[in-house]
Amino acid sequence: MGKPVFLLTDILIFVLVGLTLLFAWYAHRHEHLRAPWRRVVQSRTALGALVVLGFYVVVGLLDSVHYQPRIDTRANGDAIYSGEVRSLFDWIAGPLRANQEKTYSAPFAVHLYAKENIEQPDGSVVRDYPRLDHAGAHLANPDDRWADVAQHAERGLAWGLLVWAVGVLLLAAVRARLRRTALAESVGTLLRGRTHYPWHVALWTLLVMCLLIGLIATVGSHYHILGTDKVGEDVLYQALKSVRTGLMIGTLTTMVMLPAAILLGLMAGYFKGWVDDVIQYIYTTLNAIPGVLLIAAAILMLHIYLSNNADEFTSVTERADLRLLFLCLILGITSWTGLCRLLRGETFKLRELEYVQAAHSMGVRHFNTLLRHILPNVLHIVLITVVIDFSGLVLAEAVLSYINIGVDPSMDSWGNMINGARLELAREPVVWWSLAAAFVFMFTLVLAANLFADVVRDAFDPRLRNSR
Amino acid sequence: MSAYVLRRLLYAIPILLGVNLLTFVLFFVVNSPDDMARMHLGGKRVTDAAIEQWKVDHGYALPLLFNAQAEGGDKLTETILYQKSLKLFQFQFGQSDSGRDIGYDISQRMWPSLAIAIPTLLVGLLVNITFALLLAFFRATYLDFWGVVICVTMMSISGLFYIIGGQYLVGKLLNLVPISGYDTGWASLKFLVLPVIVGVIGGIGAGTRWYRTLFLEEINKDYVRTARAKGLAEQWVLFGHVFKNALIPILTGVVVVLPLLFTGSLLTESFFGIPGLGSYTIDAINRQDFAIVRAMVFLGAVLYILGLILTDISYTLVDPRVRLE
Repeated sequence: MGKPVFLLTDILIFVLVGLTLLFAWYAHRHEHLRAPWRRVVQSRTALGALVVLGFYVVVGLLDSVHYQPRIDTRANGDAIYSGEVRSLFDWIAGPLRANQEKTYSAPFAVHLYAKENIEQPDGSVVRDYPRLDHAGAHLANPDDRWADVAQHAERGLAWGLLVWAVGVLLLAAVRARLRRTALAESVGTLLRGRTHYPWHVALWTLLVMCLLIGLIATVGSHYHILGTDKVGEDVLYQALKSVRTGLMIGTLTTMVMLPAAILLGLMAGYFKGWVDDVIQYIYTTLNAIPGVLLIAAAILMLHIYLSNNADEFTSVTERADLRLLFLCLILGITSWTGLCRLLRGETFKLRELEYVQAAHSMGVRHFNTLLRHILPNVLHIVLITVVIDFSGLVLAEAVLSYINIGVDPSMDSWGNMINGARLELAREPVVWWSLAAAFVFMFTLVLAANLFADVVRDAFDPRLRNSR
Repeated sequence: MSAYVLRRLLYAIPILLGVNLLTFVLFFVVNSPDDMARMHLGGKRVTDAAIEQWKVDHGYALPLLFNAQAEGGDKLTETILYQKSLKLFQFQFGQSDSGRDIGYDISQRMWPSLAIAIPTLLVGLLVNITFALLLAFFRATYLDFWGVVICVTMMSISGLFYIIGGQYLVGKLLNLVPISGYDTGWASLKFLVLPVIVGVIGGIGAGTRWYRTLFLEEINKDYVRTARAKGLAEQWVLFGHVFKNALIPILTGVVVVLPLLFTGSLLTESFFGIPGLGSYTIDAINRQDFAIVRAMVFLGAVLYILGLILTDISYTLVDPRVRLE
């Protein structure tokens, strides 16, 4: 099919997935870690949010498998690969990507947004809205379009429902087998929420997702559901491509900051004295610099580096990828201080506890004490911070892209979409769809992340739990 | 206490030095002034003479740390480190890369920033505390539940949406106030209304939720139970006891941001065309004017440290239990 391409962020994101799975396995084997997760999954909000987040993660991961498509074969059998880097997601969303128009078109429109000179069959030239190249091109009469849309939508919804129903049946069958009950009864208990975990919330959310995907798959390949942008690219496709950027910023940033924050935070709290002073000095200094300016300065420096070493990069994608990674890095540097301070405070308390004192008196090395006795007991703080920071970082990306110090302008991101569409509100009629799409996709992700973060915090922070 | 404040002020010096050193490394060591000149002059087809001329014009034609050709004390002062970095300590910001006096620009532009930031802060506080008290009063009811849901929803909306939406709705559809611009004196009022409203609405979600948590933390304390036990009505418990004590973290949280109000809000100012320090910073970033960025970094760091010291002092003022040694 093509030659695989491994971008730096791709590798890191899959390392992160691996680490998450490892952590899940570790948590599964330890009762004190499993108990709070069980509380998380018992919450209806968390389970619903998880399904939505899962949808975003799947899109993001599919979009992180890159390859260069094969375009031709030489006489001697060698393959010739395109210079353009694509992802697995591009392949799945084929029609969305390929149906490119000339310029703006409204959602579900069959005509272009701007008037053009159209040559009539008899040779005369009329100035009118031309038909779109792809959307609704199969219609003989444009007035039929809503009936046609409805027909496609029906088919999409039916498919979505079917896939969902099969999934539910499979799950119910497994449950029925395990519990030794009848299949019908099992389906009933699942969907009505008579189970220990609120499976029904997850299933109903999943139904909505399946229906949406069905709609996109059928209607989306014949119409532009969310319209097209200035260069005629499908807005829905852009919004979906932006998912990866948002997730990267939200997760890689915390991943690059975690080692430093944990190490320095633990050391400051554990060793006290001059170590503490030095570490406090470092993070106060970094905190004193306004975050936006530090990011701006660093990105400007990267600009200079990139413009002076333009030859080192083989493709635009690679350069954009480096900038994304650099942005994560610099965002991490501005945001690790909060976690570091929290960990320092907690370690202060922990090091005075009897079991740490006991370890100390038995001659356990400092390193081992930190690793085995302190670290596991501050992990909940790390987890809570990571989950809470996520949504803030996704929102920050949009703001940074607006000031031109965010991700590369050639990269799909919600910030770039907003930035590009901002001035179009002044047009008549208003071009609102790009803005709306970016805001809705961002809002859904951030809302799900916020709701999930709340439940995780309540489940892992015993102090808060008791005060309710 | 004055001894404590003095010590904190002295402690600020190494931090500012650190900030300065970091910006120095970032701006002059990682990328040399030659690189900067080349980028400003545009691309690769720039002659060495043009680069030298640019450096002389903007005062970058000096050695980084030590000038062997100069006389006496000038060996240290006729360097980029002294001229461009250490002079910031005397609040001499020098000239921007486009040739304007940065210090003058800052003194002019800080007033519009304050004109937006102070009303936004005060109105925001009033609104958020009112809502938070309401939710705390009706805690564990449907009103509280839906209040929190609305807060989380509002928190999840991008700040850009509030600004763009507000401009579109109030400025364009309803035609009530101009979308952007600024004026002097009372005439500026009509330009300020919309940014302030948008700023307040954008802050309601996070603010209300945070203050509600603070109130609920106090509500569960023993002295509140005592107050209820002696038969005090719920509203008096809330206003007389809970509110007063929860005000301590609220107040100190406000004090820490007070100095930073000067630097203004980046987004609001640039969207509404307000000639404050926030839009000044954004313009500098977009024009890649490093002199201004350096000056703003230093100013921001000074104000941040000032905020920390003010917070400590305000603690002793509002909470007699806290003593500074």
